[in-house]
Amino acid sequence: MTTATQKTKNAITLKGSSEIVCDYLNYGINSILYQRGLYPPETFQTAENYGLTILMSTNEKIKDFLKATLDQLKDWLVDRTVNKVALIISNVKTLEVMERWDFKVEYEGNVGDGDSEQTSEKPLKQIKNEIRDVLKQIASSVAYLPLLDCLCSFDIQIYTKNKVELPTEWSEAEPANIKNAQSVKMRSFSTQIHKMETVVTYKNED
Amino acid sequence: MAQFKFWNDVNSLLNVDGPLTKGPAPRWERKKGSCASSNSSMKSISSSMANSSTRTPSKHSEGSKTPSKTPRMKSKTPTPSKSKTPTADRFIPLRSACNFELAHYKLNQDENLSDSPTQRELQKVMCDNLHGGDISKQKILSYQKKAPSAPEGFQNPMRVIYTQSKTPASVKNSTRYIPQAPDRILDAPDIVDDYYLNLVDWNSNNILAAALGAHVYLWDAGTGNIEQLLELEGGNDYICSLAWIQDGDTLAIGTTTGTVELWNTTIRKRLRVMEGHSARVGSLSWNSYVCSSGCRSGQIIHHDVRQRDHVISTLSGHNQEVCGLKWSTDGKYLASGGNDNVLNIWQAQQANPISESQALYSFTAHQAAVKALAWCPWQPHILASGGGTADRHIRFWNCYNGIPLNAIDTKSQVCSLLWSTNYKEIISGHGFANNELIIWKYPNMNKVAELTGHTARVLHLAMSPDGTTVLSAGADETLRLWKCFTKTIVKAKEVTKRAQPSALKQCIR
Repeated sequence: MTTATQKTKNAITLKGSSEIVCDYLNYGINSILYQRGLYPPETFQTAENYGLTILMSTNEKIKDFLKATLDQLKDWLVDRTVNKVALIISNVKTLEVMERWDFKVEYEGNVGDGDSEQTSEKPLKQIKNEIRDVLKQIASSVAYLPLLDCLCSFDIQIYTKNKVELPTEWSEAEPANIKNAQSVKMRSFSTQIHKMETVVTYKNED
Repeated sequence: MAQFKFWNDVNSLLNVDGPLTKGPAPRWERKKGSCASSNSSMKSISSSMANSSTRTPSKHSEGSKTPSKTPRMKSKTPTPSKSKTPTADRFIPLRSACNFELAHYKLNQDENLSDSPTQRELQKVMCDNLHGGDISKQKILSYQKKAPSAPEGFQNPMRVIYTQSKTPASVKNSTRYIPQAPDRILDAPDIVDDYYLNLVDWNSNNILAAALGAHVYLWDAGTGNIEQLLELEGGNDYICSLAWIQDGDTLAIGTTTGTVELWNTTIRKRLRVMEGHSARVGSLSWNSYVCSSGCRSGQIIHHDVRQRDHVISTLSGHNQEVCGLKWSTDGKYLASGGNDNVLNIWQAQQANPISESQALYSFTAHQAAVKALAWCPWQPHILASGGGTADRHIRFWNCYNGIPLNAIDTKSQVCSLLWSTNYKEIISGHGFANNELIIWKYPNMNKVAELTGHTARVLHLAMSPDGTTVLSAGADETLRLWKCFTKTIVKAKEVTKRAQPSALKQCIR
């Protein structure tokens, strides 16, 4: 994980903060893919970060997809145009949405739109600890989430402000809603530039 | 001509499709003819009926605006039954005049059109809740090249957490007999069903201590006597952990208030109370005169029980509750597992006292809380650790060099682990789905036996001093004793045979 570009001592820039957020999403999404059993466990490899062992997919296509999505997301985070990132888990056959992980983005500090000089003095270690706590909660969520008893695939939807222009290879999507849904909110973390809130929504079976 | 008329008659009779012109007119036609004269009186009746529609709303409700579910009759078509005999109240619906399609359309249309401001408001709020903001002001974008789905025929491996089905029988036929039923079952009412506590321990004098809520009971396994050692006084306090000193009758007890109490069980008196923790003490372990206690705050304190200032050092290697704590059999290493999914190995500090030290090794491979810890009795640097529901693995570590040796997926929460001293085997206690104990052969980790019987998860395990019997404490409020490691007679013979020549040699010398 590369962090803040050293501008003033140990300050985190807007760009650095976006990178922290994207790193978190990369680890979080991989962890969800593993913990929810979407892909065979043998296609995952352990990686160490945040003082945790996290299982990361080794599937090239998944890696490419995540990289392309998150790289684009990074730009939008710098532009402050992202409202939410949603990980949609849906049944491959019926296309029914089984589960949705919402990563809501809030922008902290009162800065104008064009200002990219915003920095944060929050120690990186503290941010990492906050991220670690969220990731742990994600890993332990299997204890209450229902079994995904079908072939599932995932997709990432990014909720942006209207002014965003559609990049090539991107398309607009329909919001994914779940019938009879139940939500659990995880801890949140903040870089003092971006604040991430993680919520899982799943189909209530009774 | 006559024959033509006859042919016509025959044709019309054969032709069933056409209207029946022959024969008597149907009853309603006859009535129609007869009541034509009294039409005016009919109208008055029907209008009066319409006015008094409250009494019989289902029959004539032409004027009312509320659509009723019953198909309405158009009251313009005279109902014949109303004509001369007012007593005849038989209602014959005329389906063709009912306009069902129109009525249905009207009925549904009414509902669709009722778009009140409150409903619009509701929709907006719903939208806010669902999408986290007004959907019309947002774009939802996704990358077009989607990630692939799992290969066809792939089954979710997480199934094991949810299903009751037995895992494939890899149980190897062992040469020795392991009884499938418990030797004894003891009641353990009010045992706290909490994964993070350690509530049973069996000492070298064959006395088992078990904490049930605020009470500690001592069960003499030799005589079968049960005695109550103590009861906590605080109303909501309960005992979180207990541990016997290696050789002797001193029992350490950790409580919800954060104190560690030492009790002499022969005289049944409290020896001392040691403070130092800010939250409940969920784990305890002895290393000769040092009693180590793990706290909910994540701190571990070494208490020297002989000294007045009992706190030797404080270890802060966890940031959540310490639920597993074990000194190695040779007293060189301390293993601590926490709810933060971290397993730490600490070195004993007799030779070079490192206070407030760093952990020797910190293993983060477990994906859930690490409670089950057990040191190998014959290789003192080998540690086995088991993880909670999200992890389900038993992992083996070499603590000389900090290398992971092996990991096995047990497909269930690992609540407790014990090594056998009689065999090269390890026994694990599990939670959902089977609530069983599994005996594994070490090091190849083949299943030797699965012991089922508990109706809720197996929380704690303890072993008898002779190593033959394992006690399991379940959340179903029972303690079960399993005679699963009894030494076979053959083995005992071998030992005596080997012993004899050596004795002979000694004699000659």
